[in-house]
Amino acid sequence: MSAHDHAEGHDHAHGGAAHGSFKTYLIGFILSVILTAIPFWLVMSGAIDNKQATAIVIMAFAVVQIVVHMVFFLHMNTASEGGWSMLALIFTLILVGIVLTGSLWVMYHLNANMMPGLHDMREMP
Amino acid sequence: MASIATTAGTEPVFHLEEEHAHAEGSSTMLGFWLYLMSDCLIFAMLFAAYGVLGGNYAAGPAPKDLFDLDLVAVNTAMLLFSSITYGFAMLTMDKGRVAATQAWLAVTGLFGLAFLSIELYEFSHMIHEGATPQRSAFLSSFFTLVGTHGLHVTFGIVWLVTLMTQVARFGLTEANRRRLMCLSMFWHFLDVVWIGVFTFVYLMGMLR
Repeated sequence: MSAHDHAEGHDHAHGGAAHGSFKTYLIGFILSVILTAIPFWLVMSGAIDNKQATAIVIMAFAVVQIVVHMVFFLHMNTASEGGWSMLALIFTLILVGIVLTGSLWVMYHLNANMMPGLHDMREMP
Repeated sequence: MASIATTAGTEPVFHLEEEHAHAEGSSTMLGFWLYLMSDCLIFAMLFAAYGVLGGNYAAGPAPKDLFDLDLVAVNTAMLLFSSITYGFAMLTMDKGRVAATQAWLAVTGLFGLAFLSIELYEFSHMIHEGATPQRSAFLSSFFTLVGTHGLHVTFGIVWLVTLMTQVARFGLTEANRRRLMCLSMFWHFLDVVWIGVFTFVYLMGMLR
C-alpha cells in the first residue's frame, strides 16, 4: 500500500500531464498552420465579398485553432490534475465571455444612444 | 489492508485515512495553470478595451493605413515554429538527452527573438509614421494589448535563457524538468493569446 502511494505521488510529481508524442505535436503544428493560413488568405485575397461573413469565418477559425493548441500543445483533457485544470479553464472562459460580451454590448449601446446626430434632435425633449 | 478488511468478518471496517504526503512540487502544474488563467483574464480585459476603443481613430491613421499583413503572417509563423520546437525540447527532455534539449531550447529562443524583433520593427515603423500610442484611443489600446503580449514573450525569453543556464549547470534534474514544463505551458499559452491578437486585431482590423 505504501509502495503504491509512493508510486502515485511520484507520478503526480510529473504534473499528471503527459507531454504527448512527436506525432501529436506534429499533428497540432500542421493543423495550426492550416488554420492560420486560411484566415490570412481569406482577408488578403478578399475571397468572400461580404466583410461581415469573412469576420465570422475567421473568428470561427480562431476558436478552432485555440482548441487545437489547447489539446495538442497544452495537453488539456478532463483527466489532468484530477479535472481541476479543466474546471479552472471553464471558470476562466465564463469570466472571459462575460468581460468581452458585456463590455462590447454596453459600449455599443452607449455609442448608439448617446452620439448626437444619430437621432433626430427635434424629437429630443 | 483490503485482505484484513475482508477477513474481519461482516462488520465493516473504517479507516481514518490520513492526508498522504505529496511529493515536493506535485501541485506546481495546477498552480501554474491557475496563474495562466489569471493572465488570461488580464488579456481578456485588454481585448475588451481594444474591442471598445479600437474604432476610435480621432481622425488619425486606421488599421488599413498601418498594418502590413505579410509582416504579421511572418510573425505568426515565427511563434508557431517556436511552439513546435519547444515541444521537441520537451520530448528530448523526457528522453533525458541534455544536449538535444538545450539545442531545441536555443532554437525556440531564437524564434522568440525573431518574433520580438519583427514586432519592435513594426512598432518603430508605426511610431515613425506618427502613429504613437497617444495619437488615438485605437492606438492606445493597440499598443497596450500587443505590447503586453510582447512583454510576456520578452520575459519568456529571459526565463528560457535562465533555465538553459540551470540545465547547463545542474542537468535535467527533477526541479529543472518541472521548471521547463512550467515554461512550456507559458510559451504555448502565449501562442494561444497570439491567435486572438492576429485574428481580432490584425485580420479584423483590415476588414473594417
